[in-house]
Amino acid sequence: MTNAPGSPFPSRIAGAFARARSQGRKALVLYLTGCDPDFETSRRLLLAAARAGTDVLELGVPWSDPSADGPAIQAAMRRALAAGGGMGKALDLCRAVRADNAEVAIVLFGYANPIFVRGAAKFAAQAKQAGADGALCVDWPADEDPELAQALSQQGLDLVPLIAPTSTPERVKAIAAVAGGFLYYVSLTGITGSQLPNLGEASARVRQVRELSGGRLPVAVGFGIATPADARAVAGFADGVVVGSAAVRVIERAVAAGRDPVPELEAFVRDLRAALG
Amino acid sequence: MSTVPHAPGQFGPYGGRYVSETLMPALEELAAAWERFSRDPTFRAELDRLLREYVGRPTPLTEAAQLADQVARAQGRRLRVFLKREDLCHTGSHKLNNCVGQILLAQRLGKKRIIAETGAGQHGVATATVCALFGLPCEIYMGAVDVERQSLNVFRMQLLGAKVHSVKDGTATLKDAMNEAMRDWVTNVGTTHYVLGTVAGPHPYPTMVGELQSVIGREARVQIQAATGRLPDACLACVGGGSNAMGLFRGFLDDPGVRLFGVEAAGEGLDTSHHAATLGKGRPGVLHGARSYVLCDDDGQIAEAHSISAGLDYPGVGPEHSYLRDTGRAVYLAATDQEALDACRLLARCEGIIPALESAHAVAGLPRVAAQLPDGASVIINISGRGDKDMGTIAKYFGAEVSS
Repeated sequence: MTNAPGSPFPSRIAGAFARARSQGRKALVLYLTGCDPDFETSRRLLLAAARAGTDVLELGVPWSDPSADGPAIQAAMRRALAAGGGMGKALDLCRAVRADNAEVAIVLFGYANPIFVRGAAKFAAQAKQAGADGALCVDWPADEDPELAQALSQQGLDLVPLIAPTSTPERVKAIAAVAGGFLYYVSLTGITGSQLPNLGEASARVRQVRELSGGRLPVAVGFGIATPADARAVAGFADGVVVGSAAVRVIERAVAAGRDPVPELEAFVRDLRAALG
Repeated sequence: MSTVPHAPGQFGPYGGRYVSETLMPALEELAAAWERFSRDPTFRAELDRLLREYVGRPTPLTEAAQLADQVARAQGRRLRVFLKREDLCHTGSHKLNNCVGQILLAQRLGKKRIIAETGAGQHGVATATVCALFGLPCEIYMGAVDVERQSLNVFRMQLLGAKVHSVKDGTATLKDAMNEAMRDWVTNVGTTHYVLGTVAGPHPYPTMVGELQSVIGREARVQIQAATGRLPDACLACVGGGSNAMGLFRGFLDDPGVRLFGVEAAGEGLDTSHHAATLGKGRPGVLHGARSYVLCDDDGQIAEAHSISAGLDYPGVGPEHSYLRDTGRAVYLAATDQEALDACRLLARCEGIIPALESAHAVAGLPRVAAQLPDGASVIINISGRGDKDMGTIAKYFGAEVSS
């Protein structure tokens, strides 16, 4: 089962958002590139992030051609690939994290080709077996090709979709209809790690996304959220806050200086979590 | 046999739109605009006028009697070879055919800024050219390795007023230039049109670029019949992304008697890891927005391609080619760097035509294609571009001979 035994929620991801809500706060979603800077450090980083209050871990699957990512995550993927990272290792990593933490929700986050080459059905089965709760594939639109959504659904895994500022109302409805876990609203038209945009527009769009999706799923907002203050501002209107590039940069800085990145990431995540109330 | 897409943008199991959500609405808008304007008589008239008066179409079909003779004599047969002279297009390659069409479309979409990727620099030059003509700001993404080996084209783009970004990420070649162009587009999608240069990428690009390049095949079909009184036995073109090949093939797809051959870059050899033979050695995957053959490992990581010609140095290929490969309608060969260089010199010496190193791959495929054809066969080779841009590279190989 995806959800913890005896859980009233349809999935561990839904449970994570519900738990945050019941605690009167917003959920923290944290992205880290798997195997950055290496398998074992990455395992410790993911567990530390969970320990420090992350509700949903997005485990980034390194890919050679991350065309939707900005410089920080591109560099993380290069480090991860150099350390032997990829889809195979990301699944191993997921299994290793799950072995030590039964609670944190895990979403495998990546690009289409590593899934496609393996086959969507095989990927979904392996993801399930590794203890993942869902998947987000940046460049595999569910309305364009339903194969991945169906494969995940057959394994009881959530398909977490991206919704963009450019998404039309029709697209939002179609995307939400096959989504599970939460809806990831991209705060800006751009790549990961860009500057946080004007939040007035994002706030209005999140309201619209909730209406169009019938409020069935929580809406988390990501892209450009780098500091606890950013997180607090976004938490004012979203159900969850996604932090990615900023966390990856914390790791990059520590590694470049020859320090163990785990304590610094853990402190960074604690500050983010504290900002969410 | 028709290769009309099964659904819009689908070529059998290939094609589609595999992009981030931010770009999906823009692609829907672009597909609808192409659908509408490609049938609009005013648009067609404007496009035809530009092709005629600015690009310099129709390009000639030149009989290459000495080249044919060399190949035929070695094989003890008769052969006629015709060259479709895209090297005589303004800017020196077929790329401008696509750019004039897309710039007209961008204008109608109200886009105020143009971006493009480029490998050999031919598409970058063609895009910079139409941007100069239409007064639109232009930014070109080019891999740092290609900036180095095609420096003449970098200067041409700059002279035309374009800004050239040298992309150092990844393998610093065409695929990385495309990644960076997509990052720009996703950031500026409201104001910017991305002039993709080949029949790859998400729908509608493979369809749209294929149709814009199909002028090559339409002309060649008329010209060969005027010259020989019948259709050719085979068509031959180089394939990187595959736009010049698709342009030629489209004139003959429904003629089962015309055999279609693409030539990919075998680099240092298909038995090494240094090649760009995506259809020959790759597998179905997803790259740059479409399902198609890709060069990648078992984990799905895209492999580094290699070719002496920057325009063929790409680990992907257009989805329609993947479909033509699987159905057997087209056959794909590969020529090594050395074979392409030799073919380049052969064509220069036989016919007084120096082809681009990309097009030289097609010439290199001629003996193998001819050997499969009946005695007295005729073949069209697409000379997709001229070789001026490659003089630096070629001089490195033939240096002593060229200077002596």
